[in-house]
Amino acid sequence: MTRRTRIVIFLTAALGLAALFGWAFAGLPAFGNGSHVYAFLLNHVAVPERHTTNVVAAIVFDYRGFDTLGEEFILFTAVAGVVLLLRPVEREDPEDRGTTASDALRFVGVGMVGAGVLVGLWLIAFGYITPGGGFQGGVAVAAGAVLLYFVSNYSAFYPLGHVDGLDPVEALGAGGYAVIGAVALVSGLPFLANLLGPGSVGTLVSGGSIPFLNWASGIEVAAANLILFSEFIREYLHPARQDG
Amino acid sequence: MSVVATTAPLQAVAYVLVAAGAAGVVLSRDPLRQIVVSGIYGYVLVLLFMVLQAPDVALSMLVVSTVAYPLVVLVAIARVRNRREDDE
Repeated sequence: MTRRTRIVIFLTAALGLAALFGWAFAGLPAFGNGSHVYAFLLNHVAVPERHTTNVVAAIVFDYRGFDTLGEEFILFTAVAGVVLLLRPVEREDPEDRGTTASDALRFVGVGMVGAGVLVGLWLIAFGYITPGGGFQGGVAVAAGAVLLYFVSNYSAFYPLGHVDGLDPVEALGAGGYAVIGAVALVSGLPFLANLLGPGSVGTLVSGGSIPFLNWASGIEVAAANLILFSEFIREYLHPARQDG
Repeated sequence: MSVVATTAPLQAVAYVLVAAGAAGVVLSRDPLRQIVVSGIYGYVLVLLFMVLQAPDVALSMLVVSTVAYPLVVLVAIARVRNRREDDE
């Protein structure tokens, strides 16, 4: 392809994109007035109906709980795909892998591992009261755990990031979400209907099924991300198969 | 006056930073440097979401853009570089 052709193709595409962009922008509501009726409605009914002060959690785990189930399984399937593609064939020996970081890095880092995991757990636990929730907290927990590899070495991270241990945990989170949904079916209600009493506003005992779904997704996301990280790190440390 | 309108100056700052950050990511040539710049860009987006009063989205952006995404890309870059060195 000559330089000229490429420029012509680029200009055509750029002009088309600019036109579509302009068209889309022209149709937007005025700046700062984008409140959709659905948002307005939920902001008013979520706290009285569900007793969760974080309306986002009420949407994610209740009003739109079924969407979240789908998202959970997207993550689940993606991680399953990564594991299938990257899992090395040969046995590995965790002892001889990775260099140990300096004392200073380890000293500061080990504290950050604990802090990271703790912040993650806190984000999950209070996800339906304050901003946060299963997804954010789950990734933070996994991030805190994976820090152990960066500030120490692979053998320190190995027990935490081992897929054999994490697989059941991930399945528990993903399956748990579906099971909580199915419990509603058994009680003669629609799938994922909020079963329990709403509890008292602003406390951990609020939101009915929301805390359980929140923890299920937190566990799923944390395990899924840890599997993902440890598979990638393993792929980096054991560049085993050279195909082609 | 709506809450969104009262934070208009902050929003303007955040939008300018987002535009600058996005340009910075695109203009970085070295993938390794680009990953660091994209992490900083992630922080700028976190700032924008906070200013627009979407703390939940800001938290998601924070964990994804500063940990999950850079880690996966870093390992991929390291892997590709290793393979190139082996070939030489």
